[in-house]
Amino acid sequence: MTTSTRDDAPTTSRDRRARSRRTLIVSSSVLAIASLLSLFVGVVNVAPWSIFEADTDAYRALVIARIPRLIALLLAGSSLAVAGVIMQQVTRNRFVSPTTAGTVESAVLGIVLATMWFPANSLLVRMLVAIATSLLGTFVFIRILRRIRIVDIIVVPLLGLMFAAVVSAITVFLAYRYDLLQLVDTWTTGSFSRVLRGRYEPLYAVLIGGVVAYVFAARFTVVGMGENFAVNLGINYHFVLNLGLVIASVNTAVVVVVVGAIPFLGLIVPNVISMWAGDNLQRTLPLTALAGAGFVLVCDVLGRVVRRPYEIPTGTIAGIVGAVVFIALILRARTDRT
Amino acid sequence: MIRTEHLTKSYGPTRVLDDVSISLLEGKLTAIVGANGAGKSTLLSIISRLLDADAGTAHVDELDLATAKSEEVARRLAVLRQDTHMTSRLSVRELVSFGRFPHSGGRLTAEDDRIIAQSLDFFELGDLGDRHLDQLSGGQRQRAFVALALAQDTPYVLLDEPLNNLDMRHSVRMMRHLRGLVEQLNKSVVIVIHDLNFAAAHADHIVALKDGRIIEEGRPVDVMTAPILEKIYELPIDIHVIDGIPYAIYFR
Repeated sequence: MTTSTRDDAPTTSRDRRARSRRTLIVSSSVLAIASLLSLFVGVVNVAPWSIFEADTDAYRALVIARIPRLIALLLAGSSLAVAGVIMQQVTRNRFVSPTTAGTVESAVLGIVLATMWFPANSLLVRMLVAIATSLLGTFVFIRILRRIRIVDIIVVPLLGLMFAAVVSAITVFLAYRYDLLQLVDTWTTGSFSRVLRGRYEPLYAVLIGGVVAYVFAARFTVVGMGENFAVNLGINYHFVLNLGLVIASVNTAVVVVVVGAIPFLGLIVPNVISMWAGDNLQRTLPLTALAGAGFVLVCDVLGRVVRRPYEIPTGTIAGIVGAVVFIALILRARTDRT
Repeated sequence: MIRTEHLTKSYGPTRVLDDVSISLLEGKLTAIVGANGAGKSTLLSIISRLLDADAGTAHVDELDLATAKSEEVARRLAVLRQDTHMTSRLSVRELVSFGRFPHSGGRLTAEDDRIIAQSLDFFELGDLGDRHLDQLSGGQRQRAFVALALAQDTPYVLLDEPLNNLDMRHSVRMMRHLRGLVEQLNKSVVIVIHDLNFAAAHADHIVALKDGRIIEEGRPVDVMTAPILEKIYELPIDIHVIDGIPYAIYFR
């Protein structure tokens, strides 16, 4: 048999890999330039050459605050986007995400529990408890999803938001009893203004989840094709499904503990990338991570500029933008079905 | 050879498979027929590793399906289930590429590229490779899914109602393609099919199930007789032989 060849389209996987590598190089260059520029936005005036002037205020602002802040928001944005796309693939539902599956709220509950049980707690203890509760919350929600017959796609995020509200109610009740109410706010609204050198480094833990996600990218795509296809292709369906949920829960919990929640990011970024570039995770996972980082970067810079010299929390900006895009996505999904 | 021995499966008090022992012939097109609820889907689910039997065994060559490594079975046997509802946004070529997963994991080699291109060409999908699945007609989608099974490059291919949702023209084309898999590529193809006349016209061997048991098997001319079909379907059926092929007439 002969291979079909067309001059206009790449026909070997090497050509296609080269094409997607170009897309990746372009988008990461854009993100790198934007990241660099973001270092010079803020209350303290910082010029590019400040890095060479140790012991000035500008130098300290750059090294102690701006650079850690940049790293933190890139890590948080990319890992939440990756968490979202994996949840959507393994549950085969475009509206399951850390925000719409109770994952974030369960993590916040964990932080409150850790603060109650171990008053002199370290970040590590908080993180471990938050990981445990977000895993539990996510798996409970997925079980609920399996139990009921979903008639309309809109039911899934609504159910998830209701589940999240129930978990939140428990959190608020406990926080009220133990006088932690003001603290809850710092975790439910993500902000990078508190990120300083020495206080964000545990966030690097999300890189582990990112690497595992990339290694398993093809398997997540196959699981997203359905159990029939996955089993036929010799993939351990339930293992890959659970692995995906674990990566998503752990990454979400780590981000919530260190910087707080960034609502809707894990839902809207993967959906936009999927519309543009499809669902083959081997190809789109890096793009999704970059787009997530870019989204948080834009939200954070907006928050820094809008009310200078004050800051609007990144989570608030993301919530506003995210809610609008979320509604647009739902309307689109409904018109697609009719 | 695909071989089952004493396969039994019950849901609660209902026995859907009752002591089923069959050997599916190599290098032939075998059609499994039977009324709704005869146990066809259950049999296929067990052979495709989606369901465990209560008793009995199923083998593909020397591999016991209950205990063999799933990826090893995936290089021997390709299964396409009837429920191909898919929400993933993939191009036809991406979909078919996943047929290579049992062989090379996620990393495609030049050899994989060649097999993917061949599979696309075999089902006349060469020009549609970059189309997304949701941009295809029902017939094209169905061919894309069977092309995935072909790219898996297994000696055995199992298809659950491959004519589902296809019109007459596309049904005939699909059956000719499946015949081609047997004759040109020397594969063993097993299909579950409702349309007896397509089975009679294209299959080498027909297996008839009723109430979880095999009640007849053999060449189309042997199985497609009025008394046997009446027993299977509890419906009076006339047989008309045209060009040596028995056709069942049962529409009134």
